Formats: sequence, C-alpha cells, structure tokens
Amino acid sequence: MASYSLILITGRSTKQGVGISSGKDQPEYQEATRLLEMSRADLMRLGLQPGDTVRIRSPFGETTVRCSEADLPEGLAFLAYGPAASQLIGGETWATGMPDTKGFEIEVEKVT
Amino acid sequence: MQIDHVVCAFCGCVCDDLSVTVEENHVLEVKNACILGRAWMIGHAGQREESVARIDGQPATLEEAVEEAVRILTSARYPLIYGLSSTTCEAQRQAVALAETLGACIDCCTSVCHGPTGLAVQSVGEPTCTLGEVKNRADLVIYWGSNPAESHPRHFVRYAVTPKGLFRPGGRKERTVVVVDVRPTPSVRAADLFLRVRPGKDFECLWALRALVAGRPVDEAAVAQTGLTLAQLRDLAERMKSCQFGVLFAGLGLTQSRGKQMNLAAVFLLVRDLNAYTKFAAIPMRGHGNVTGIDNVMAWQTGYPFGVNFSRGYPRYNPGEYTAVDILSRGEADATLVIAADPAANLPRPAVEHLRRIPTIVLDVQPSETTRLARVSITTAPVGIAVEGTVYRMDNVPLRLRKVLDSPFPSDEEVLRRILQRVKEIKKC
Repeated sequence: MASYSLILITGRSTKQGVGISSGKDQPEYQEATRLLEMSRADLMRLGLQPGDTVRIRSPFGETTVRCSEADLPEGLAFLAYGPAASQLIGGETWATGMPDTKGFEIEVEKVT
Repeated sequence: MQIDHVVCAFCGCVCDDLSVTVEENHVLEVKNACILGRAWMIGHAGQREESVARIDGQPATLEEAVEEAVRILTSARYPLIYGLSSTTCEAQRQAVALAETLGACIDCCTSVCHGPTGLAVQSVGEPTCTLGEVKNRADLVIYWGSNPAESHPRHFVRYAVTPKGLFRPGGRKERTVVVVDVRPTPSVRAADLFLRVRPGKDFECLWALRALVAGRPVDEAAVAQTGLTLAQLRDLAERMKSCQFGVLFAGLGLTQSRGKQMNLAAVFLLVRDLNAYTKFAAIPMRGHGNVTGIDNVMAWQTGYPFGVNFSRGYPRYNPGEYTAVDILSRGEADATLVIAADPAANLPRPAVEHLRRIPTIVLDVQPSETTRLARVSITTAPVGIAVEGTVYRMDNVPLRLRKVLDSPFPSDEEVLRRILQRVKEIKKC
C-alpha cells in the first residue's frame, strides 16, 4: 500500500478540549484525539474516504487513527493533542524543553 | 441556589462571570460559560472515581497512598515533580517546597506550551499589557499561531474582539482583527484579514515585518518563501504602525514549531519597535487555567519560571536539562510526582515510555492516561468547583476561585502538605 508524506500540525480542538473534562476514558475524547484531518485533495491522493483507518508514521513512532476531510491546505494534516499524537513526537527539545510538536513530516497510508 | 461571579479555571481566559445553579451538592446549570467551561464545571462536578486513592490499581486509603508516595519519593535518587497547570497557587507553593526538601527537579506544563516564550522574555523583555487594556483600547488585534475559537472560546467576546470598551464604544466596529496561521482555523471566521503562512516560516515573516516597520528594503523573492507576498506584509506593517493601540496574541503555533523561542523573541522585538510609532503590546495565549500561576509561583520562590533543579540544595535553571521532556526522554528520573496534568497523554513517546518504567505518583481529579500507569494515584477535588484558591489569568492578573460544591476528596494542596510533612519528618528537617 502506497504511503504519502504530509506535514502534521498537532493542536487543540473543541471536542478534545471538552473531552478533557467530560472524561478521558469516554468515547468522545478517544474519537476526538484519534482523528486525522486532511484536505480533500490529500484524501483522494491516498484513495481514502472520510472515516477510513490510516496508519501514521513519524521518525519517532507510529499510530493508527481514522481520517476525515477538513478545510486544510494540500499537504497539511491536523491531529488533536492526545495519546495518538504523542506517539509521533520525539524527545529532542534542542535545549529548550519544548519538543517539535507542530510542522513535522509524517507518512500516511491506508489500513486495509 | 444560584451562585454568581464564579471563576472558571479551565483555560487562561479565567472568566470570572459565570453563574452556577447548585442543588443538593449537584451543578444543575452553568450560565455564561463557553463549551469548554461548561464541560469543566459539569464534568468535574460529577467525579466518577469512587476511591480516594489507588496503589497499583487497588483501592487504598489516603493515608496509605501518602505513605507509599513518601516512600517512593524519599528513596529516589532523581525525583521529578511535574504538571501543576490546573491547580491553585496554594498547591503550587507546596509542590515547590516539596521539591526543595527532596532535592528534586520541578517542572511545569509551561515547558511544553509557552516555555519558549519564557526564554524569549528572559532574552529581550516582554512589552505587554492586561486584557482590560485590550478591551478598552485596542483597535488592531492580531492572533498569530493561535486558535481561540477552539482553545479560548470567550476570548473574542470578553476581551479582544466584540466587547465595547472605554475608548472603543463601538466594540467590534472599531477593531480590525487579523489571524496569521498555517491553516484556516475556525478563528478565521472572526477575522477581517487572514494571512496563511507556510509551516515553519513564522520567524521569517516576523523579521521581515521588523524590516518593513523600520523602512528597510525587503527582498520580494525571500518573502515569497514564507507563503505570503511582500504586499501582504507591507499592508500588515502599515496597519501596525498606523493603529492607535495594537495587540499581538502569540499562540502555540509559534512556540511549538520551528524557531520556538526565536519566534517569540521576534514578536517581542517587533512589538518593541512598533512602540516608536504607536502603542503596541503582546500577550501569550496561555492554555491551562493556572499555567500562568505556576510560572509566577516558581519565579517568586526559585527565581525561575520552570525547569528547576534542587539537587544541590539551591535552585538551578536550565531548559533542555531540567525540563520534564528531557529528564524523562533521557531516562534520568527514577520517580515522578505528577500534579493536575496528564503527561502520559501529551508528552512525547520516549518520555511516556520512561514514565511507564519508573514509579509514578499522580494527583488528579479524574482517571487519565497517567493515572492508568501510576503506581500511586490520588483523586483530588476540582479547583474552582470544590476548592478555593488563587489562579493567574493569561495576562498575569490574579483571581480568586470560588467553591460551589463540597467534594469527598482532598485538595491538591492538602495532599501535598501531607506528603511534605512526612518527607520532612523522615529527612529530619
């Protein structure tokens, strides 16, 4: 199965923020933090339909999430902060204490 | 019973105008809160955890949990205390005292949100103001790398975009709102102007703006690499110079991407430059309810805002060495005490893997990824709902939390005080 490179931005989403309070063991939080958003063009390039399961790989780890379509520039993907996103982030902080959390390259492929 | 002027402790907006209806120790209704504040109030008011503490997943008494926590911390060679962004300043003080007594490292969530902002402040200073000044004076509002529509939903209506202020009686009509981001976030809907910058090119944009504000020549081809045109940046520079009172809200899009502290230094230097022409300020968009408070408590007690090591008996500060991601990813800490945070869900994979290998103690209001891996977890009462105390808004204004419910669980402050007392007894200090 072919994989494609995207630039990943991790961040806060409303559903993830609500899930923090309503319960991290609840399905709402789990779904909100396991949803990779990308443009329609990238979905088509990968042969994906919204709701499909995709494997994401970074140089530091991998995780499996569902995908969805969002108003994003081609080549850019978004994943809310949470256990899935943290699997993709490395421990290097370049002497700042802050890891590279936004704007790093990932490989995405459809899980069949 | 309706309780007014309740302070929300979820995000850095710390809205202090909530009205909460309480009957028989249950929250029935929350008025004036955003979707995040309502979830905070209702979700945490109905705590589901039945046991006050667990040791290796088994129910335990508070006394047993405190004793096990003390045993772990006093037998560790390099303990780490981490978190503290969603608890009161009173609890934070106890945590710093505990770190000093143990000779531990203490770090807070700041290091993985606006830690780079702190580094920039230490390098070039922070030309800033309060949110009250923004409300009353600002006619140009710029959100850069920030998405308040999802992270701080009432920021627009209470402080920066729509409210009518003393010198802005027309409210929204008298303000120009600009969003600069790598993607069209929901916040763009509130903006007059959206500038989409390429990922990792914020510093170049900010530095080009400095040159344009100073009237220096800027290479058009170099600017094009940022995803913006020279005309767009020139227009923004002119808006910045010609406004009466401008404010730039800096978000995690600047601190967590390439450039980090240099991005924020560029923001502060740009704002400093602009004050030769008009009044301009910058405010970091702080995330958690009292993450600004832990910076203040750490700074007044140790001299440093985060990433502090007490192993020599006095505080030493070195981001990259004494910060949580580094200590854990390098496998240095041999025990961790987490307060009001969920590092297992948010820190990078190498750090989480090390957390799983060492004994971890967690104080939190509800189950989380971190409580699931913890040796000792203690359920504490939610601040601003069942616990009074002080929190700092994102503009460093302290506010007093109100208590609206009783909780069967102790406060973070009480648990930390107990742990500290027992550690002092064991260490005979």
